[in-house]
Amino acid sequence: MQISLTINGSKHTLDVEPRLLLVHLIRENLNLTGTHIGCDTTTCGACTILMDGKSVKSCTILAVQADGKSITTIEGVNNADGSINHLQEGFKENHGLHCGFCTPGMIMRATELLANNPDPTEDEIRWGISGNLCRCTGYNNIVKAIKYASAKNRGVEPASTEPQFV
Amino acid sequence: MIPQAFDYHAPGTIPEAIGLLKKYGDAAKIISGGHSLLPMMKFRLATPEHLIDINNIQGLNHIDIRDGEIHIGALVREAEIEHSDILAKYYPIFSDVTKQIADPQVRNRGTVGGNLAHGDAANDHPAVMLALNATIIITGEGGKRAVPIDEFFFGFYQTAIAEDEILTEIQIPLPPARTGSAYHKEERKVGDYATAGVAVKITLNEDGICTAAGIALTNVNATPLRAVRSENALLGKPINDETIALAARYASEDCSPSDDLRGSAEYKKHIVGVLVKRMIQKAKSRI
Repeated sequence: MQISLTINGSKHTLDVEPRLLLVHLIRENLNLTGTHIGCDTTTCGACTILMDGKSVKSCTILAVQADGKSITTIEGVNNADGSINHLQEGFKENHGLHCGFCTPGMIMRATELLANNPDPTEDEIRWGISGNLCRCTGYNNIVKAIKYASAKNRGVEPASTEPQFV
Repeated sequence: MIPQAFDYHAPGTIPEAIGLLKKYGDAAKIISGGHSLLPMMKFRLATPEHLIDINNIQGLNHIDIRDGEIHIGALVREAEIEHSDILAKYYPIFSDVTKQIADPQVRNRGTVGGNLAHGDAANDHPAVMLALNATIIITGEGGKRAVPIDEFFFGFYQTAIAEDEILTEIQIPLPPARTGSAYHKEERKVGDYATAGVAVKITLNEDGICTAAGIALTNVNATPLRAVRSENALLGKPINDETIALAARYASEDCSPSDDLRGSAEYKKHIVGVLVKRMIQKAKSRI
């Protein structure tokens, strides 16, 4: 089947088998390997992307279902000048990753979370990333990273970026 | 994991979709959110030859009030249920239940219609719809028919929807004054199916006597289960420790869970009793 979709602002027209998963289209057909495959069962959130602005797990969507849609992956979140955005900066400054496998999914999910709720509480952040698993950090610094980005987006000085030990 | 090969159809109208269902019969499956069906297809537990994607059909995305009832389109996403002002105002139970359905990304895709049409007793909306006395609107070649929720679930993954029909809408009566509702499920972790879940809706009169009760259970029976004896234990009586305890005991006795990784049948029956008590109290506190 022929489908057309926009990924990170570029339009692509591809011929795909109906059973091709969206995550495979992104990683294999378009070589955008920042979107990861973790569990392959809609659990871990590593494959999270934005489809028409909504965070979704691309291992559980068919590529043909993305026909006509606009997709954003981790490769498309930089600022227009190529510099890292507030969320990326937040993860960097707050040690929001160790191995980094979950990070693209975390950032894509947090992007929609902050779009809907610019100043979330810690509880709202934790519920907000409840579909994303991290096996390294214990989540504390990920939560801090998202709080950092929220503050920066609102023009507020973020809290200390010293690593948090619990 | 890759699903078995299939032909993909994306009809733009309900008649077109019904035409495809008639043509392909049991070789076809409808896909809406796809977050139950696609994992089953990836595991090859489901191997449809034709997939009929109804996401492009207009007119199934509404939550509105008509003729004293709340109408919810089958394609309304769980995330839209979670944040709907209409539902929050009349039935806070919807905010309880959606917050516990999977996770935010899944709720962006999963639909309320799919949650019901899948016919899985482990899903959460069936118990809620039983408690709220919903009516399911099913559309076929001959038009629409209304099926009371008590006649909707037949057995394991089986519902009143025929092979060539589509679930198109859910209708829920607006609550009378002094009505409260609540849902909770015990889950091992975020996104898990219920170890056991309980939905409660109660209406009290000015004297505090219960005039209507809906109590239903998730994942403790082959089909979603209405706890009839528990409802009757409250009807015509005040909601106090005694009536609540009786309702909880009946629900615990009348469900038939099975032993699995989420717990023993005995444990689940115990949880049902605990949750019935808590949800009656929570529903009452919301009146």
